[in-house]
Amino acid sequence: MREMIKMVVVLTILSSFSGGLLAAIRNSTKDKIELQQLTFVKGPAIKSILAGASNDPIMDRFKIEHEGGTASFYVGVFDGAADRVAFESAGKGFGGDLGLMVGVDIKDDKIIGVGVTTHSETPGIGSKAKSDPSFTKQFEGMGLMDTFQVKTDGGQVDAITGATITSRGVAFGVTQAGALYKSLKPQIEAKLKDFK
Amino acid sequence: MAKSIVQEFTKGLWEEIPPFRLVLGLCPVLAVTKTVENGIGMGMATTFVLVCSNILVSSLRKVIPGKVRIACFIIIIATFVTVVELVMQAYTYPLFLKLGIFIPLIVVNCVVLGRSEAFAFKNGVVRSLADGLGIGIGFTLALASLGAVRELFGNGTLTIWETPIQIFGPSFQPFTFMVEAPGAFICLGLMLCLMNLVGSK
Repeated sequence: MREMIKMVVVLTILSSFSGGLLAAIRNSTKDKIELQQLTFVKGPAIKSILAGASNDPIMDRFKIEHEGGTASFYVGVFDGAADRVAFESAGKGFGGDLGLMVGVDIKDDKIIGVGVTTHSETPGIGSKAKSDPSFTKQFEGMGLMDTFQVKTDGGQVDAITGATITSRGVAFGVTQAGALYKSLKPQIEAKLKDFK
Repeated sequence: MAKSIVQEFTKGLWEEIPPFRLVLGLCPVLAVTKTVENGIGMGMATTFVLVCSNILVSSLRKVIPGKVRIACFIIIIATFVTVVELVMQAYTYPLFLKLGIFIPLIVVNCVVLGRSEAFAFKNGVVRSLADGLGIGIGFTLALASLGAVRELFGNGTLTIWETPIQIFGPSFQPFTFMVEAPGAFICLGLMLCLMNLVGSK
């Protein structure tokens, strides 16, 4: 019996000590990890969407809390005016979640670019959503508040050959982005005033 | 009978070098050694975990009840592995992306658990530190040399600090199979063979 209690006590103390240590380290590295992920995972998409901006969109970012969570917005300054933002959205692809970055011009609500950040689609087929820019380029210039669908579903977007589900996922993600943008636009405009 | 502390350290570098002599921890050895850099990164992460877990296990060896020792080892090892994972994400993110799942898998690396069970649980803190450091550096050397051979012949380059250096020049036709899984097995086999040849004399 004594041995039994000792086992329980030792394991409990060890686990709680380990938990405490990990929580402390997680807290102290959290911001750094977020910045690294921004630079290496989302960075390329943000940079290509906001190409030509005179500022660094990754440094000039702000967060808005909404019902579904927190959204990060990356600001692009063009000709001295901070009027373009990129933000994240997500869709459901063939192999799992599709992470998207959608850029919009707040003057006319038109899409300036869409990029895939993370995906687990079939290499060579669904992965073209990320590697072949001609698919995501279709969205450029369209109104972000529209509903997007692939042509086989009666929409306006040409699907990637052999990857209808991936294409649907992207279209859905952009539609979601539009809904989010619509509901947060006043707050986005208010925040952008600080970036002049 | 008893080895000196220096001997405990140096045995990991040749006599008991983990992948070749103990033939332990082969999963990361085969999987991540596509480049020298990956090998060194993986080796250093494993060394850190080995040293820390060896120290902690040996200093707690009087407290840990024998019946739950494996559970305790795993808690200790898993804690340090998570520490490594977080630190790598924060400071060497590209390397973390390349090593991916193999960092969390250090938890089940037999080398680490094996040293806790076979050495640290029976020896003092200083000896365990020497043992962990020796085995860890041996593991790193093994991974780096395997990575170097595979990258050199498979790709014609050596990667150090994220800059691939061309060794054989542009006209070199790489044996691409060396950087694939079968190449890892063949390369490991050849290196084992070479070590035995040298060692048997």
